[in-house]
Amino acid sequence: MSLSSHFHTRRREWLLAAIIVLIVLAVGWRAPVFLSWRNVLDIGNDSAILVILVMGQMLVLLTRGVDLSVASNLALTGMLCALAARAWPGMPLPALLLMACVVGALLGAVNGWLIMRFSLPPIVVTLGTLSAYRGATFVASGGAWISDHEIHPLIKGLPREDWLGLPALIWFALGVLLVSAYLLRWRREGRELYAYGGNPHAALYAGIPVRQRLVMAYTFSGLLAGLAGLLWVGRYSIAFTELASGYELTVIAACVIGGVSIGGGVGTIAGALLGVLFIGVINGALPVIQVSPFWQQAIAGAVILISVVLNARADRTQGRQILETPQGAQA
Amino acid sequence: MKALDTWERILIALIVLVYLGFGLGIEGFFTPYALADTTYNFSEKALIALAMALLVIGGEIDLSIAATMALASMAMGFAMQAGAGTGTMVLAALATGAACGALNGWLVTRWKLPAIVVTIGTLSLYRGLAQVVLGDQAITGYPETLVTWGNGYLGDLLDMPWLIVPIEFVVMLVAALLVGLYLHATVHGRRIYAIGANPVTARFSGIAVDRYRLGLFVFAGIMAALAAVLLTGRIGSTRPNLAMGWELDAVTIVILGGVSIQGGRGSVVGTLLAAVLLGSFTFAMGMLNVTGIVVSMVVGGLLIVAMVLPQYLRRLASRFQKPPAAGSA
Repeated sequence: MSLSSHFHTRRREWLLAAIIVLIVLAVGWRAPVFLSWRNVLDIGNDSAILVILVMGQMLVLLTRGVDLSVASNLALTGMLCALAARAWPGMPLPALLLMACVVGALLGAVNGWLIMRFSLPPIVVTLGTLSAYRGATFVASGGAWISDHEIHPLIKGLPREDWLGLPALIWFALGVLLVSAYLLRWRREGRELYAYGGNPHAALYAGIPVRQRLVMAYTFSGLLAGLAGLLWVGRYSIAFTELASGYELTVIAACVIGGVSIGGGVGTIAGALLGVLFIGVINGALPVIQVSPFWQQAIAGAVILISVVLNARADRTQGRQILETPQGAQA
Repeated sequence: MKALDTWERILIALIVLVYLGFGLGIEGFFTPYALADTTYNFSEKALIALAMALLVIGGEIDLSIAATMALASMAMGFAMQAGAGTGTMVLAALATGAACGALNGWLVTRWKLPAIVVTIGTLSLYRGLAQVVLGDQAITGYPETLVTWGNGYLGDLLDMPWLIVPIEFVVMLVAALLVGLYLHATVHGRRIYAIGANPVTARFSGIAVDRYRLGLFVFAGIMAALAAVLLTGRIGSTRPNLAMGWELDAVTIVILGGVSIQGGRGSVVGTLLAAVLLGSFTFAMGMLNVTGIVVSMVVGGLLIVAMVLPQYLRRLASRFQKPPAAGSA
């Protein structure tokens, strides 16, 4: 692909990247501390967990679905890991990581199974499991907080680890990015997600195992939410019922800003990553230029609206109704 | 059309079960004042759920409805601080709600955007604006009239002390009646069903689809403002986190009420019954000292069961009626 045609098809990503660079330079000009390596690492650390969640959410959005339960899944898995590590202090780190991934994947698979088996709209199923998983977190912990001194040192230590000069969280995010990129670009399972999101009926007639792919997307989203749960509990060294409450909207916002279409079938890893960076840079910049953190949410909202309006202009295709059931699943 | 379908009958049975079960089980539940208290739990939520039902039947959704409540309540607070009377304050709230709804509707119709994305954006925007303006402050000191509207009984208003019916409950009933008449007894209501069932066909059959959509969003904003006026009067203060998370409660009520999330199906009676069921259930669990989060877990489970069950029954029924078609599950 020539450079100019690359520019044309990827115009959105380049535009977003340019905007991010502009913001970084403008803020750095007013407050040079913003450009320091320390601050860059801070923003990277803050964005790492969001990257992990966004990759899972993106897979689900590609199938015309949505996973509203990610933040609740994160809280429940994080809580269960913290409880397990408290009960059995001898647990090695790989066992904890495995547990987080398995529990998260199971919770995600429940979503996928309900959606696939009963042809239910994803938004309603995950709305239900959003409440259910959050409540289960309360039941599991008895409503108590697991505070700093009760969190296993291995869990607390993990996000503070430094490998080759980069924080462990960033390595985790990079690993997840690579796996997702491999899945979506070079694996047939990943390409099939795009095909299904683009046209569910055509995908079914083309012989794509539609139900397995749907369950796969939700399971993957759950797995990553579980992993993020363990990392979140470690990073903030606390586990409680309201952990990351409402974070699912930030995850979806990052996807939407990054150009992942909520109507399915459209979206790139690079775009989603830029969406996360955008949110990370804004959140990092506000305190530096002494804007009240109360602005964060309002700005995020305005950015979502502007980017979807720009998207609509770029595509000129009609916004699809996202409340449709995954139709291929009914057959 | 039939006024009561199977689904509504199930809801009524469940409500009777909740009231009887908890009424016999909990001491003091069957006193008039406790019964009146149960209605506070759902009156305001039912108001926004009614508007949400219209939207969902029409194939749209409004997740910013609770954030709109926060902004409307804030507008009311500022009107009060500027020295306005109660009437002007309520007008300010309603105007703000209508403006919020109009922005949603404009974005959805003008730019052909999916409502869920737009309203996730405006949810952030409206809630964020309330936080920016109010910070960690609260507006208090609302006039007596508003407090009465939020907390009082109809009997006090009409000078009939035996009439222990909360004013909020009456407002909700009147709103439900009007919305019900509009949806089920006018051509406009039929058109909303048509739009929800198939917007393209509806457009081709001459329905001004976008005008209805815009109108529904504005209506949702106004209902949110009305709910905000009552809620603000009841709790007596405006905070940026007013009605936080109620959008999900409203969607839950609507789905539990038998409205199809794909649009084109549902009734006002079902929505109202679901609001009563959820509200009384939550209240009773509260009297039993069950934590809110556990109740919401049960509600989340109910939501899924409510969707799985009809499908399952339908599948069972079709198995008895005709042999299963080859190759399909």
